Amino acid sequence: MNETHDPQHDAAHDPAHFNKHVRGYLVVGGALFACTALTVALSYVDFGSREANIIVAMIVATVKAGLVAAIFMHLLSERWTIYRFLLLTVFFVIGLFLLTLLAYHNPIRM
Amino acid sequence: MEIPYTLTARPDTGLYNAKIGIWLFLASEVMLFGGLFSGYVFMRLGSEPGYWPHGLLNVPVGTMNTFILIASSVTVVLAWASLKMRQFTQYKIFMAMTILCGAIFLIVKLTYEYPQKFQHFGVYIKKDALVKYEDYLGNNYLKAKNLSPRVEITGHLHNKEALTDPNVKEYEIALDEVNAEPTNPQSDRPHFWPKPVTEKIATIEKSDVQYASVFAPRHSSYFAIYFTITGLHGLHVLGGVLVFIYFMLPVSTRLYRQNPEHLANRVEVAGLFWHFVDLVWIFVFPLFYLL
Repeated sequence: MNETHDPQHDAAHDPAHFNKHVRGYLVVGGALFACTALTVALSYVDFGSREANIIVAMIVATVKAGLVAAIFMHLLSERWTIYRFLLLTVFFVIGLFLLTLLAYHNPIRM
Repeated sequence: MEIPYTLTARPDTGLYNAKIGIWLFLASEVMLFGGLFSGYVFMRLGSEPGYWPHGLLNVPVGTMNTFILIASSVTVVLAWASLKMRQFTQYKIFMAMTILCGAIFLIVKLTYEYPQKFQHFGVYIKKDALVKYEDYLGNNYLKAKNLSPRVEITGHLHNKEALTDPNVKEYEIALDEVNAEPTNPQSDRPHFWPKPVTEKIATIEKSDVQYASVFAPRHSSYFAIYFTITGLHGLHVLGGVLVFIYFMLPVSTRLYRQNPEHLANRVEVAGLFWHFVDLVWIFVFPLFYLL
C-alpha cells in the first residue's frame, strides 16, 4: 500500500469550500447557454462574407470550449503532467491541420 | 491485488492514476476528432460553389440538443461536487439528470433528426441542364445578388418507384420552399425555423440529373462527414451514459459506503470524458447546423 495521508484530503469535502465551486459551475453553465444563443443569433447576421461569419462563430465556440476546459475540466488549476500532455496534443493537432492545408494547396490536383 | 493510487496522488506525477489515464485517452480522442474535423475543412475548401449545402439541418432542434448537452455537463460536475460534500442523495439526483440529458440527446438524434433526413430527397442537376430548371433554381436572380448558385433541387420524392424502376424516366419532387420560390428574397439565406415541404411538385427528367439521393451519407461530402462525426459523437454519448448508469447501480453505492473518495474520483474521470464530448459538440453545432 502506497496510499499516504493527504492533508488536502480532509479540506476537500468541506461543504463551504464546495458551495463556492458549485456557484461557479452554475455561472459557467449560464454563460455557456448565453454563448449558444449568441452563436445562433450571430449566424443570421451578415458579416460581409461567409468566411467572416465562420471566423465569428469559431471565436464564440473557442470561448465556450475554453470555459468548459478551464472550469468544468479543472484545467485552470491542474498539475504540470497534464499540461505537458496537452501541449503535445496541441502541437500534433496543429500539425494535422497543417497537413490538410498542405494537401489542399497541392498544385497537382486530381 | 490492490490497484495503486486510485485515491491519492502518485508522487512522481502528482495525480491519481485514473486521471493520468483519462487525460492520455482524451489526448488520443482529440487526434481522432481532429482528423475528422480536418477532413471536414479539406472537403469544404475543395467543394465547388453551390456544392456545399446550407440550411439542410434543423437549427431549433440542434440548438435544443446543445442546451441539453451543456446542462448535462453542469449536472455531472454538480454530481461530483455532491460526492465531495458527502451528499449521496443529491449526487444520485444530479447523476440521474445527467443520464436523462444524455438519453434525450440520443433519442432526439436517432428518432427525429436522422429519420427526417432520410425522408428528404435531393437531385443534383447536370451543369448543362441548369438553365432548363431555372424556375426552381433562380440562378440568374442569385447571380445578380452575388450569391452562390444553386445546383440541387430538394424536397420529398413523390414517385418512389423512380428510385428502382429504370422505365420511370423522371423524378416527381414535392419542392422545398427554396426551390418552389427561388427568387423570394426570404430564401436567400437559411431560416431558423425549418419550412415544411410545399405542395408544388416539380418533374425532373432523370437524363438531366447528375446524381440523386436521399439525405444519407452518400448524398454529398457534407452529409458523409455530418453522419460520420455526429455518429461517432453519438457513440461517445452512449458510452458516457452507460458509465453513468453503472455509477447509479448498487455496486457503486457499496463503493461509496466503503470509500466515498474512490467513487468521487471515478465520477471525476468519467466527468472529464463527458465534458470532452460536450466540447466536441460545441464545434459540431455551428460547423454543420449554422455555417
